[in-house]
Amino acid sequence: MEALAAALPALSEAFALILQPTQIGFLIVGVLLGLSVGVFPGLGGIAGLSLVLPFIYGMDSVSGLALMVGLVAVIPTSDTFASVLMGIPGSSASQATVLDGFPLAKRGQAARALSAAFVSSLIGGLFGAIVLTFFVLIARPLVLAFGTPELLMVTILGLAMVGTLAGRIPLKGVAAAGLGMMVGAIGAAPALGSGRLVSAEWPYLYDGLQLVIVGLGIFAIPEIIALLRQDRAISRDGGLGAGWLDGLRDWWRHKWLSLRCAVIGVIVGVIPGLGGSVVDWIAYGHTVQTSRRNPEFGSGDIRGVIGPESSNNAKEGGGLVPTLLFGIPGSGSMAVFIGGMILLGYEAGPQMITNDLDITYTIVWSLALANVVGAGLCILLSQPIARLTTIRFTLLVPFLFMLIAFAAFQSRQSLEDLAALAAIGMLGIFMRRFDWSRPAFLIGFVLADQAEVYTYQAVQIAMIKGRKGTAPMLEFLFSPIVIAILVITIVSVWLGMRQSKKILPEGDISSGRRAAPLSFALLLAAFFAWALIDALSISVFNDKVFPATISAVALLATLAIIVRMLLAPPESALFADREAAGEDADAPHGLWPTIAWFASLLVLTSLFGFIIAITLFFVIFLRWRAGASWSRTVVLSVCGIAFILTMASLLNRDFPPGLLQNYLTLPWPFG
Amino acid sequence: MKTENQRTSGRAHKGVMAMAALAAASLTAPAWAVDFSGQTVEWVIPFSEGGGSDKWARFYAPLLSEALPGQPNVVVKNEPGAGSTKGTNDFAKNAAPDGLTILGTSGSTQFPFLLDDPRVQYHYADFQIVLASATGGVAYLPPELAEEFAADADAFAANNTFIYGSQGATRLDLVPLLAWEMLGMDVEPVFGLKGRGDGRLMFERGDANIDYQTSSAYLNGVVPLVEEGKAVPMMSWGSLDENGEIVRDPTFPDMPTFKEVCESVAACETSGPAWDAWVAFFVAGFPAQKMVFLPGETDAEIVAAYSDAFKAVTERDDFAEISAARLGVYPQSTGEAAETQKALGTEVSDEAKAFVKGWLKERYGVEL
Repeated sequence: MEALAAALPALSEAFALILQPTQIGFLIVGVLLGLSVGVFPGLGGIAGLSLVLPFIYGMDSVSGLALMVGLVAVIPTSDTFASVLMGIPGSSASQATVLDGFPLAKRGQAARALSAAFVSSLIGGLFGAIVLTFFVLIARPLVLAFGTPELLMVTILGLAMVGTLAGRIPLKGVAAAGLGMMVGAIGAAPALGSGRLVSAEWPYLYDGLQLVIVGLGIFAIPEIIALLRQDRAISRDGGLGAGWLDGLRDWWRHKWLSLRCAVIGVIVGVIPGLGGSVVDWIAYGHTVQTSRRNPEFGSGDIRGVIGPESSNNAKEGGGLVPTLLFGIPGSGSMAVFIGGMILLGYEAGPQMITNDLDITYTIVWSLALANVVGAGLCILLSQPIARLTTIRFTLLVPFLFMLIAFAAFQSRQSLEDLAALAAIGMLGIFMRRFDWSRPAFLIGFVLADQAEVYTYQAVQIAMIKGRKGTAPMLEFLFSPIVIAILVITIVSVWLGMRQSKKILPEGDISSGRRAAPLSFALLLAAFFAWALIDALSISVFNDKVFPATISAVALLATLAIIVRMLLAPPESALFADREAAGEDADAPHGLWPTIAWFASLLVLTSLFGFIIAITLFFVIFLRWRAGASWSRTVVLSVCGIAFILTMASLLNRDFPPGLLQNYLTLPWPFG
Repeated sequence: MKTENQRTSGRAHKGVMAMAALAAASLTAPAWAVDFSGQTVEWVIPFSEGGGSDKWARFYAPLLSEALPGQPNVVVKNEPGAGSTKGTNDFAKNAAPDGLTILGTSGSTQFPFLLDDPRVQYHYADFQIVLASATGGVAYLPPELAEEFAADADAFAANNTFIYGSQGATRLDLVPLLAWEMLGMDVEPVFGLKGRGDGRLMFERGDANIDYQTSSAYLNGVVPLVEEGKAVPMMSWGSLDENGEIVRDPTFPDMPTFKEVCESVAACETSGPAWDAWVAFFVAGFPAQKMVFLPGETDAEIVAAYSDAFKAVTERDDFAEISAARLGVYPQSTGEAAETQKALGTEVSDEAKAFVKGWLKERYGVEL
């Protein structure tokens, strides 16, 4: 009650501070910047904030905060465009949105999916702010209650979603998640830095693969290649069947789901150390598990868009708690945000509640206001932008390849980023073709690091506590929170298993031939065996346990699948293969020639650098593959190149250099 | 062995050349010959956004821009990877000596270099220093343990097991881990943390019962805990005076230094290989923590322009006021003082190096 008495004046003061024409003006500038940057996959809040930081210095504090908050708030909103329209997960906030959003776009319902997503974002963001207003006062003890065992349990809860998303053959889901975890374990071990599946001669992999590259490779590239083979618009019938008003109605019908997912978003966002990467999976899993009537998850269920989108903006609000109260940023953009706050004279810490509560509320409600403005704008834009799905897809492809390559290059700014993207892209293409759950892979990848670190830390601390007796050890490991999450996990797995038959994350796929699916399974088994041998050769015990365990389990799962394959008839679901029959098999263009187009862009880049390569690619692709007239080719190419040059120069970014640049010093953007 | 000798002599040679060039420059070529009007200076930070080095560079960038001749636009460019060796390698290999690309490094860049990490392809002798920023560090304890420590440091070390959240034994954490071990304490590091902030959170939650923070993080994050009675400072690492002696940290004059604590504890000695190694790595990690470099071949006038610009920044009337909260009260050296800091921070005796490598191998199984 006492806290509340202090909160109300601070709250009204905060509103007085925000609701000034100048501050709202800066907020809108931030929102517009955030929307433009967020559309770019892989750039996100860090690039946008770095863009405005130089101007923050010397600004009055509320305007500066409004500008930064406006920018950060709308990134998880605007990246929805790429995930729904193109199947490109723009950031960790929109991975799960792809699963149902993109199939909806293919069914000609992009406008509906987008507006449902945006209104969910809006409500999620607003709801998050309301909850946060009260919660922030009592959040400190709750955050401190989340120790290592609790964090481990939440990670396990996230991993349990694999049970829901495993697909028709649960074992394949397990192996896919194991593969994701092994790919996530590549590089220097988090404990003592032993190299895993890397060599000193090729240092690129030492830092591991970044989510941008894996997300683009696993989801975006396979979908783009598949669509390119069809030579038609993304929307199957070329039209927009449902409009944006339908999306609003959908949201209203599922408003309780939306609110539940917003609560999940706030709570998980508040917990430091999870980085928001599990939020949308937990929300998606919750959505699937609680939707009884006519589920079509994986092939375009609007609830699969509403759930994760309601949670990811609420999460941004929740994420303010560790950021502001503890100075522990939940994400890269929050780290830059803290830097910006220091420029304005505010230091994150407990005093944000005791002394600067008005500023804390200013931030919370600026975030809510930015959500309303940003999501509102996006709802208005969703109908016209959804028209992109009615354009012949082949004309969009050079733009998409350009965006994807540029996004991947932001990871380490080396040519190897593009090589890594191509390698993961190939893996994604085959996982899609042979029906190995890509969501399960991505969940495994995203949670690999946390699963390893928290397991290791929890066990180590428990053992040290165990020196004083078993009681303190058990007390540490099995707190009430751990037990509560454990119960949730068990219920969730049980519900998930029951529902999993109804959700086909990769759609319905026919079977036919045995050789190709079996070869892929054998290749995976070989990879796991190699990973196991590599893990066993690590000398530091701490760095060895996790990859050895995961690769051994995944190897066993894959071997079991292979044995079952050897015994099963060719029409078994084990032999799912998109090339056997169906849309892919009937496509006018072959798989390999289509991949060759993408590969040619990479080869050209490695020779001449990105800008020369993409220019050549635009012209050659549009003229010969798309069959566009010369005038159209030139206009589209100039637009594309001008766009990327403008963005890159504004954000102060370079382009991948090639062999040519080793011999010649060229000016930006060629050098 | 031969290559090592060659490298050392080459380094000494280059160092002398650079010093001579610098001396000549300050006599003959006035700094106003350099003009950066309308140009953009890229300040490469081999760490990601939001970290300590990023904040440090972003503090200086606008001030540097004002102070450089022609007021160029100074932008911070983050190039993280491979524990900061990637960005530094790239700078060493590719940066043009035109004064438009500068590098900011930290102790995390120096440690892999000092420990002969195979990923390191840069050499500090190839860089010209224009600014060195010092910092300090403070170890702290929960109140109950602090009481025991104050009562009897030997018994405190003998009777307790400590848990410490660490980012890795080969990083700056090496300095506190070695210090605590020298005091005879049984500290179990729990590795895998993403930043020191996470270490403080572990301490606050009670999962860890010892921690350390660098000065600015201590001021912002731990002092409130001390005021609430949830943490008590144990010791500071200290600071270097002009003779290179360890003295009390000017930011924390009331705290004993590790040297004082070591002298009072039976198990610890302020001489011998362990002590020498600790001092060597402490100096590299704290008093000489952050430095700004230009490529080795850069013209002396440009180097002088930068040196003067940083000098002008640190001599601003309001510098103490604007920097205190963000950098702590520590020397920001330019010119010859910076050269001295660079030598202290990047040259470690072979004995100290061998001791630390042996200790890392034996205690944590880390082989470099």
